Amino acid sequence: MNNFIKQTKYLILRRITQFAVIFLYFAGNIWGWQILTGNLSSSQLLTIVPLSDPFAVMQMFFAGAAISIDVIIGALIVTSVYAIIGGRVFCSWVCPINPITDLANYLRRKFEFNKITKRQPSTRNIRFWVLGLSFVLSFFLLVPAFEFISPISMVHRGIIFGLGFTWAVVLVIFFFDMFVLKNGWCGHICPLGAFYGIVGKFSLIRVFHDVEKCTECMKCKEVCPEVQVLPMIAKNTGQVSDSACTNCGRCLDVCEEEGALSFSILGKNS
Amino acid sequence: MTERREFILNSIKTAGLVSLAGLTWSAYVDEVTAKTLILRPPGALSEPDFLSTCIKCGMCVEACANRDTKPKNAEPTLLLAKTGSNRPIGTPYFMPRDEPCYMCPEIPCVPVCPTGALDENIVSTKNKLDINKAKMGLAIVDKQNCIAYWGIQCDACYRACPLLDKAITIEYSQNKRTGKHSYLKPIVHANHCTGCGLCELACVTEKPAIFVLPLAIALGKVGDHYIKGWDKEDEKRVKNAKARLNKTDINKKSAIDNLNDAGDLY
Repeated sequence: MNNFIKQTKYLILRRITQFAVIFLYFAGNIWGWQILTGNLSSSQLLTIVPLSDPFAVMQMFFAGAAISIDVIIGALIVTSVYAIIGGRVFCSWVCPINPITDLANYLRRKFEFNKITKRQPSTRNIRFWVLGLSFVLSFFLLVPAFEFISPISMVHRGIIFGLGFTWAVVLVIFFFDMFVLKNGWCGHICPLGAFYGIVGKFSLIRVFHDVEKCTECMKCKEVCPEVQVLPMIAKNTGQVSDSACTNCGRCLDVCEEEGALSFSILGKNS
Repeated sequence: MTERREFILNSIKTAGLVSLAGLTWSAYVDEVTAKTLILRPPGALSEPDFLSTCIKCGMCVEACANRDTKPKNAEPTLLLAKTGSNRPIGTPYFMPRDEPCYMCPEIPCVPVCPTGALDENIVSTKNKLDINKAKMGLAIVDKQNCIAYWGIQCDACYRACPLLDKAITIEYSQNKRTGKHSYLKPIVHANHCTGCGLCELACVTEKPAIFVLPLAIALGKVGDHYIKGWDKEDEKRVKNAKARLNKTDINKKSAIDNLNDAGDLY
């Protein structure tokens, strides 16, 4: 039991934050709780603190909307928090799509799909193109373009305000990640993840690897959803420098040796 | 050499993928934003501005669902467009026949809007919220199917209207068919109607004979060519008139020469 908790500590913590966030928004709508009202696009914390999705606000800017002070402050708050704790912390600790793609990933490993198709046919840089495309389309279509197709807000909004056909979107993403491309949505396409990756370029919390304690089991590389951020495993001591890392902590969970992988503050070398 | 070729080829490949995605993506957004037959909450900006400004947070919907003045057992008026509903996804709207806007005096849905897509200024007089200024749409009477126009007595919409005797008035005229009854015809006045849709809900016909349409669809536009000369307010429009002047060159020949030289008609 102790072992189980040790091996799933961050996973459980993440599921708790993910579902707590959704639940608080849900309660805001259904029972009028005032802890979090709105949804991930824009919301209010305890009726005072505005929070807004900075990526959505940027699309609004490109769409030519007059942007209110409230959303600018909200976007700045969200941006600064993620810039400090790690941009893509959003992806693994908050985003409602994460449990879905995690499940697809888990099943891929379970059924050993990864051994059948080893080569990934596509570059992870596609997401930056999609990010750029979001702005270009927002500019020409005069609406925040990604917000019209974003499965993230669809799922999140769906849970709070009524699902509609969102289940179909969820299934498509699930099957895409499971059968078509490993880490397909979160690791290759999602422009919001790309955006938060840029935001967290200089974030403070980093996974640290101590090569002397490493047993070279390579389990971390097996579970990591952004495996290119772990080039130093079993080679040298150091921190993850690639901001594609979502700080999900799965590598820490599965690590065999206490202290071979740990969370650290930016700048730690030894 | 091969490295450079590979780079160029890969770049073009990605560009191709991205344009394919952009095509489907923009086609969908174009299609769904073209849907203008949708009623927005009070204080909403014009539809194109609303679509670019609304961040789809649903706070107006929440405020509507949790308002104090909600009638018992009433469903929330405002809905958030669901995935696959064929409406601009995530934006708030309402359907009066299911649940009209009850025109709460404190307008809970508007001040919560973080982006100003629902603008307090639109529904305020002298910095005080005033729901009577809302212009969510305009009620239209289908005279062919309104039973009051048949001569059957019904004033359901007139009674339901929160701006009684202002937004809907009853016009009396003689019913020549019977010779001894009156028509009591409902007339909607666009300058007072807020588009709340209480009339649409109250209408007794199977499919309502009075229904709310968005202003952009329900109203025409006169343009600068016609001015109410008897109305001082309306006369001011002359100053900003931007009517097109069509100038045709006048033929310099005399009228008779012009007719004679016109050549054969066919």
